[in-house]
Amino acid sequence: MSRLLQWLFRRLPIGWLQLTHSRPRFAAALAGVAFANVLVFVQLGIMNSMATATMKPYGFFRADIMISASDANSMTEGGNVARQWLFQALADPDVIAGAGIFVANVNWARPEKTLGLTTYGIDPTLPDFLSPDMAAKTTTLQLQNAGILDRFSRGLPRDEAAAIRPQTPLSFEVSGKTLTLYDTFAGGGGFGGDGFMMVSDQTFLTLFPARRSAAPDHILLKLAPGANAGQVAARLRDLISDKTLRTRSYAQAAADDLSYQQTKRPTGIIFGFGVIIGILVGIVIVYQVLSTDVADHLGEYATFKAMGYPQRFFIGIVLEEALILAILGFVPGFAVASALLAGMAKATTLPLAMTSGMAVMVFFGTLAACSLSGAIATRRLASADPADLF
Amino acid sequence: MTGAPPIIVTGLNHWFGTGEARKQAIFDVNLTVMRGTLTVLMGPSGSGKTTVLTLMGCLRDVQDGSVHLLGHELHGAGRELNEALRRRLGFIFQAHNLHGSLTALQNVLMGVLVHGSIDPGTQAAAARHALTLVGLADRMNYLPANLSGGQKQRVAVARALVGNPDVVFADEPTAALDHESGATVVQMLKRLGQVRGTTTVMVTHDNRILELADRIVTLEDGRIVNDTGV
Ligand SMILES: Nc1ncnc2c1ncn2[C@@H]1O[C@H](COP(=O)(O)OP(=O)(O)OP(=O)(O)O)[C@@H](O)[C@H]1O
Ligand SMILES: [Mg+2]
Repeated sequence: MSRLLQWLFRRLPIGWLQLTHSRPRFAAALAGVAFANVLVFVQLGIMNSMATATMKPYGFFRADIMISASDANSMTEGGNVARQWLFQALADPDVIAGAGIFVANVNWARPEKTLGLTTYGIDPTLPDFLSPDMAAKTTTLQLQNAGILDRFSRGLPRDEAAAIRPQTPLSFEVSGKTLTLYDTFAGGGGFGGDGFMMVSDQTFLTLFPARRSAAPDHILLKLAPGANAGQVAARLRDLISDKTLRTRSYAQAAADDLSYQQTKRPTGIIFGFGVIIGILVGIVIVYQVLSTDVADHLGEYATFKAMGYPQRFFIGIVLEEALILAILGFVPGFAVASALLAGMAKATTLPLAMTSGMAVMVFFGTLAACSLSGAIATRRLASADPADLF
Repeated sequence: MTGAPPIIVTGLNHWFGTGEARKQAIFDVNLTVMRGTLTVLMGPSGSGKTTVLTLMGCLRDVQDGSVHLLGHELHGAGRELNEALRRRLGFIFQAHNLHGSLTALQNVLMGVLVHGSIDPGTQAAAARHALTLVGLADRMNYLPANLSGGQKQRVAVARALVGNPDVVFADEPTAALDHESGATVVQMLKRLGQVRGTTTVMVTHDNRILELADRIVTLEDGRIVNDTGV
């Protein structure tokens, strides 16, 4: 290691020798950096999984424009939209098709645990509005009181989910009605519910008699090939006289939802703060280590100054130390965080995982934070005065 | 000895402290040191020996008067000039000031590496040679913590001399050494003066060294009171 560094820096790796001179201190410093890394990784992992969970339902559908109520910050909340706006939107030459979707929560009381299923009511005769995987299964939804279930629902045994097939359907009771599951799709636990379910709009309305077919939760629109969703959405906002409605491109609606979850919801804000605190903890730890190290070696640095070494040489030592701490602290931090996230994913079925994007981001963030700490610590170098040596 | 004098001090005054506490430590010191000589600074404690040494060795900024070192005026010299000049000097401090995380050999290497891009093999060979000269061939890879006080001081001497300095400044270099190694160090400096023309200015109370000195300058209360060529 020492030789490699010597070759790299074309000088003695003094930072490395200084840091490793006291093994316990070096280990403590690395543990500090690793700890800060773990903090940031776990918070980022949770934020990422929130983002994945938020985006999940948008992946079930295929649309270009979504019309929602003013208070609908996500797919699963907010008031209704009158279906008349769908017909009005179809008057626009670029709008070629439209569909209303319904959303509500269905509780499946199971012996062990009641599953809260976010349930979408869709028109099974319009498979174009669904993802290809989902569209392939819509024929079964045309049956009365039929549903297809998220096979990754939290609390649902995997083998039980795998057994649900058109030939071997599974039935359960919801508010006095029997619902039959004919198939499954890949959903995945979110923060809002245990899983997802798809039913036809007809079935939805039998399950929720208070809802009316003329007032779905969202309206999805498809545009002619080549039409610009942003421009058409702007046109529709002019056209639709109910100005409280939110008419956005589908991509924009998803992006708005995500930023709402991350910056307006308490959970999002808390985890965002967690990342900042992790970064601050790391900067403080590294600064503490480096400035103590500079203070401990003022005599040696003054001697080197007397020998004619320039200021940049000492800055180089401190930055060398900063980079060593960053790189060697990152490795255990990454390993521990990966294991932690995997363990948490298993325990919660949330989509928590280490991603290469996170790893790259945190690695460079660590390099930057450690360099910043090092840069601050170099201010103490000024007190190394060679005149004090004799 | 030949060549322009490496050190010419004229009308040097120096003060410590500011405001009320400001106190003059050096009064009108004039001194010309010839190339290849061994000059000894003597005087009671607090007489200003170290202060004069640090002013001549560009470790302290000259406030008043002039110090001409190796052809350069130190009064008003900038950082770059100071650094460049320091690389042509060798310092042997009272305390050894070795870097505790570096081995004896690495400490000596620091005296070579400051000169920049020399072939690494040559650098290591020079460092080994210098350590051998001070009798530490078998202690090259020891950390300072595992060396005796005298051995540490000899490493410091090797570090000061390895870069082939034009001038060596030493402040009580033999204080931590036993009789024999003290004599060896001074004889080595003396020989360097004869062979390479290295100039040495040394603060010492050691009588055995006085015998080897070419010149003895005595300071009292910041003034030169006696200046004898031996
Ligand atoms: N950094 C300083 N701040 C204030 N006064 C100082 C400082 N360094 C030296 N002095 C004062 O300057 C005078 C000369 O000090 P100097 O260290 O040069 O003496 P010296 O001859 O080397 O003494 P010694 O033999 O004890 O080493 C003394 O009165 C001392 O108190
Ligand atoms: Mg002194």
